[in-house]
Amino acid sequence: MTMLSDRQKLAYISSQAADMRVNVELETEGMTLNIGPQHPATHGTLRIIARLDGEQVLWAEPSCGYMHRGYEKLTEVRTFPQITALVNRIDWLGSFANEVPFILAAEQLMEIEAPIRAQWIRTILFELSRIANVSLFLGDLGVQLGAITPVFFAFRDREYVLNLIESATGGRFHPNFDRIGGLKDDLPAGWIDETRAVMKKMRKFCDEIESLLFGNEIFESRTRGIGVIPRDVALQYGLSGANLRASGVDWDLRRDQELPMAWNKVDWKVWTHNDGDAYARCWVRLQETRESTYIVERLLDTLPSGPIMTKVPRIIKVPAGEAWVATENPLGEMGYYVVSKGGLGPFRVKIRSASFNNISVVPWLLKGVYVPDIITILASLYFILGDIDR
Amino acid sequence: MDPLSLTADAAAEPMRDEMREQLLLSITAILGDALVESHLKPGKDLWIRVRTDSWRTSAIALRDQLSFDYFSFLSAIDWLPSPFGNGEVDPTAQAVERDTEIKQGYAGGETRLQVFARLVNHRTHVGIILKADVPDGEAIVESWVGVFSGANWHEREAHEMFGISFAGHPDLRNIYLPSDFEGYPLRKDFPLLARMVKPWPGIVDVEQLPGGGEESGSNEEEATS
Repeated sequence: MTMLSDRQKLAYISSQAADMRVNVELETEGMTLNIGPQHPATHGTLRIIARLDGEQVLWAEPSCGYMHRGYEKLTEVRTFPQITALVNRIDWLGSFANEVPFILAAEQLMEIEAPIRAQWIRTILFELSRIANVSLFLGDLGVQLGAITPVFFAFRDREYVLNLIESATGGRFHPNFDRIGGLKDDLPAGWIDETRAVMKKMRKFCDEIESLLFGNEIFESRTRGIGVIPRDVALQYGLSGANLRASGVDWDLRRDQELPMAWNKVDWKVWTHNDGDAYARCWVRLQETRESTYIVERLLDTLPSGPIMTKVPRIIKVPAGEAWVATENPLGEMGYYVVSKGGLGPFRVKIRSASFNNISVVPWLLKGVYVPDIITILASLYFILGDIDR
Repeated sequence: MDPLSLTADAAAEPMRDEMREQLLLSITAILGDALVESHLKPGKDLWIRVRTDSWRTSAIALRDQLSFDYFSFLSAIDWLPSPFGNGEVDPTAQAVERDTEIKQGYAGGETRLQVFARLVNHRTHVGIILKADVPDGEAIVESWVGVFSGANWHEREAHEMFGISFAGHPDLRNIYLPSDFEGYPLRKDFPLLARMVKPWPGIVDVEQLPGGGEESGSNEEEATS
């Protein structure tokens, strides 16, 4: 017995020694890996330059600017109502949600508020764009981890939501529907019943994704414990949205500030997770999508009647002043700092987009991870290129 | 529910914001003479302007003593009125006289360029906007990177767009623009070349009112949709 165990010990020691020798032999000079600008995992043209030691990342640096369109400069030569067409294209998957904080900032400066019905419809469309946006994330997530099926489910079911947005606003991706003082139009006939049916479908989609991905062993082992962002790091990098809530910070701008919107008028839950890893971020997004379908249903139940446009001057001049309005967009905190000097157009607009902050944590986060995890981490942070580059 | 009742109530009595007034008192106590000016919009936001040389220490004090631990953004404003207008005029026509007086916004200021940033207390969800003047001669302020790591990219952006340097920043490379780009695009005296070549057609396409266009620019003309 003793002999045998000694022999086992010897075998173990020699195998360790062999491993060490192999490891020594495999030690290589560092290499630089260039991911992108055209890479399926980057939803656009984000380039990541990573310095590798074997399979491990020594440092990584995202390189932005391939899609910089200079919206902050362009706003200075547009009138206020024209700017919604620009900001639509920042986060192009949840366009309606981009318009809302800008319009709210302009309304705040003009000291007007949209009628109650317009506030309700704005909130409903806002949540629909969240569902459309995040459902694509849930499908795409699978592709980036090597599972093909979820993306077909996602593209199929997202289309129902896009159809709703299109039938209400006229645009699938770029609605340009929000107006200073209200909305362009009221909802079309039959839209409410159709929305209820689609919300049921989207909940079924969430269940499908949950059983396809989140119960999957490969998915779990590739995301659990990967890319952990502690809470204090998340705060000082200004992470927002699901990335922040997955690090255990219970903060949702829909609930935690006073805005002339309808979120505070219905009951819903803010989902958080304490792990801060890739799994937590994906899980929080899944729960939020499901929660959004409930928000939409409850808002439809209480939809008030009335006008959808308040009285505004025919030619909109915004009084001089400064306003900051941020909302909880699909990607996180999206805010506009609007400076007006009393003219037809703003003097300066600072666009605070969620992805810019969310992706600025990448150099810190990728230090020391393995190459396959780069894609997992980028996917779980979830960014849209237009939202980084503006 | 009468949709107009909300706005009517708000206009009837001037709003008080005791929470932010209290906050301003404690900020004044902590920052002392580093605080130059403040502006409070009840129920909306609080603006403070700090001395340029206390830009960094104010951030540390606010973070450590008042738990403003969430970094939202940092950027800059160029208060120079644009010498090019809004691109609404024909560039071949004779140039119109433009206002050249620099007027700063909330919480005042003395210089053409200002940096501003927003910090939030993530427990109370109350945020403030900090401003600081950037010296006219050498545009340089202290970097916040050691205070909030997230300031790194924001300062790089402000550096390339406004030409403001941040002392103590580890790596002020361009983030969007090519490294050999000349000029600072978000400064007001940087022309938007597309507008120089051709005026923006949209800026003048505002419909004239039926029956004479004289009144069309005034605020008295109201119309519902």
